[in-house]
Amino acid sequence: MREITFAEAIREALRLEMRRDSRVFLIGEDIGVYGGAFGVTIGLLEEFGTERVRDTPISEAAITGTCIGAAITGMRPVMEIQFMDFIALAMEQLVLQAAKMRFMLGGKVSVPMVLRTPAGSGTGAAAQHSESLEAWFVHIPGLKVVMPSTPHDAKGLLLASMRDNNPVIFVEHKLLYKTKGSVPEDDYEVPLGVAEVKRPGRDVTIVATSIMIPRALSAATKLAAEGIEVEVVDPRTLKPLDTDTISASVSKTGRVLIVHEACKTGGIGGELAAQIAESDALFYLKAPIKRLAGLDIPIPYNRTLERHAVPQEENIVEAVRDLMAAG
Amino acid sequence: MTIPILQATSLTQSQQIEMLEQMYRIRAFEEKADELFALGRVHGTMHLSIGQEAVAVGAGAALKPDDYVLNHHRGHGHCIAKGADINFMMAEFMGKATGLCKGRGGSMHIADVERGNLGANGIVAGGIPIAVGVGLSVQMQRQSRVVLSLFGDGAVNEGVFHESMNLAAIWKLPVVFLCENNQYAMSMPVARAFPIHPLSKRACAYDMPGETVDGNDVFAVHETVQRAAERARSGQGPTFIECVTYRWKGHSKSDQQKYRTREELEQWKAKDPIQRFASYLIETRQLTAEGVEQIRKRASDTIEEALRFAEASPEPDVNTILEGVYA
Ligand SMILES: Cc1ncc(C[n+]2csc(CCOP(=O)(O)OP(=O)(O)O)c2C)c(N)n1
Repeated sequence: MREITFAEAIREALRLEMRRDSRVFLIGEDIGVYGGAFGVTIGLLEEFGTERVRDTPISEAAITGTCIGAAITGMRPVMEIQFMDFIALAMEQLVLQAAKMRFMLGGKVSVPMVLRTPAGSGTGAAAQHSESLEAWFVHIPGLKVVMPSTPHDAKGLLLASMRDNNPVIFVEHKLLYKTKGSVPEDDYEVPLGVAEVKRPGRDVTIVATSIMIPRALSAATKLAAEGIEVEVVDPRTLKPLDTDTISASVSKTGRVLIVHEACKTGGIGGELAAQIAESDALFYLKAPIKRLAGLDIPIPYNRTLERHAVPQEENIVEAVRDLMAAG
Repeated sequence: MTIPILQATSLTQSQQIEMLEQMYRIRAFEEKADELFALGRVHGTMHLSIGQEAVAVGAGAALKPDDYVLNHHRGHGHCIAKGADINFMMAEFMGKATGLCKGRGGSMHIADVERGNLGANGIVAGGIPIAVGVGLSVQMQRQSRVVLSLFGDGAVNEGVFHESMNLAAIWKLPVVFLCENNQYAMSMPVARAFPIHPLSKRACAYDMPGETVDGNDVFAVHETVQRAAERARSGQGPTFIECVTYRWKGHSKSDQQKYRTREELEQWKAKDPIQRFASYLIETRQLTAEGVEQIRKRASDTIEEALRFAEASPEPDVNTILEGVYA
């Protein structure tokens, strides 16, 4: 099958949906002639024009509110927040408006909008351009949170997100943009709320998100050479969360390592661990649940410190070995 | 095209020569930064202020040593103009342990707290309300300091800009709001982002003086900021100044500059603030052409020396990675 990059897969989903549904439009900072800070929307202005690929001044709160207003009255906006960090400026509109508007209005409106945003560290952009804030949104009833790890999933999940009738936060790790994978050319959806086993294995389950999936998969290859068979599970969407697939895997292997880039304290790993502990999988555990996550610090500028701030492949290998040694 | 002759000024000859030296120092720092990135010797991104040196130096010269500065992502020049030790600044730029922020901040977060430079900011408009708070603190402590808040035209469309201007105005805080209008916020031209021109008109909504000046005329910038600083110091409250200038380089390191023409860039290069100032000093017989060349050379030597210092400096110790988050 044809291989394209993660960024191209996202662009393809946007293009397909904009051709199919005239209610869909893009809005954000520098998404037009610049093509977005990471080039994801390059070429879309040329095809769809300035009305549907709408550059804005730097006004995150107003962009978000604009999307809500358009969404409750018949449009289907897809907004871009240039770096996930800046979502902090849009929080009021997202959390206090978009998330609960349908509920507060007794179900009389829906808010079909998608917020796409590049996240994560690894580019030397320091503390205000490297955040992984997905857990904030998982905590808010009314929002959905999607975090693809492959070009295939990025396209299918984005198409599903744009067709969903709720506000969806769609998190794109910057280091994934240039990664390649097989992506069908046609229109397909990867449904929200369905995890995928990216690699089957018998000894340990790794539940990882986003950029940690490719790192977990290379760690698994290394560990296989030592005779440790790792099963890698990608939840793909953090909300809704497919707890069944996760607990089935943990019940099978009896060991689980949870890996994410965001800071450990208050991160999604805590919720995943709790879900596992509340399920029957608890009875099958041979060792305590283990989490490997970002350090509880802002992302430092220095290259070496930046690398040490978040889990790398070698940390995953080590953590799995520890888990095997623990029971 | 003819470049307007600069107006004579109240500054002494030695002050003017020092200002020229600072402008050359900023240019040399920025050119070195550009080169180091191209050679792969620094990572991340950076926002260069080549072409805007007159704003940093004109404004800086209007401040007293214990006045405060808070600036934005395009902040190398302001830091130099506030008197930073170039060695420590270069070390920060390269992420070294001896850097002004111990290698944690990098280009976008350079600060020099001892000299009243409270830091560059990676969040557009993020520093503006903080400057208001510093102004409040100065007022409450009955000090006679001034706070200079520097930001780009892009920041003037963030909500927090308006909230900050209003607070500073109702409380008559000693803040000088200085917008460096370099014609673009990334790819967004000022012409498309604002219904109002010049931008300084916005000051009238807060009943504070608003002035627009030629930002490539170091004397005009100096004179205007000096008047605003005196107003602030004498308890008459804030001023909004717009300095009209131009950014010669791309926005950051990912910019293909499709939003502007080469001709436009060349037109602005003909208005080079450094050349203009140097020509004035030669015409008024305060310097000879050789004198100017010596100053340029000395500035570039200073930067080379800073680079040697930075390169010889140690990397931050990985064992300190968790330090510095809490007081
Ligand atoms: C809140 C926020 N939104 C968006 C960005 C991304 N961004 C960084 S600089 C910039 C353009 C800023 O333009 P301007 O304020 O005019 O300053 P200039 O870069 O021209 O010096 C943008 C969009 C950001 N850093 N922070």
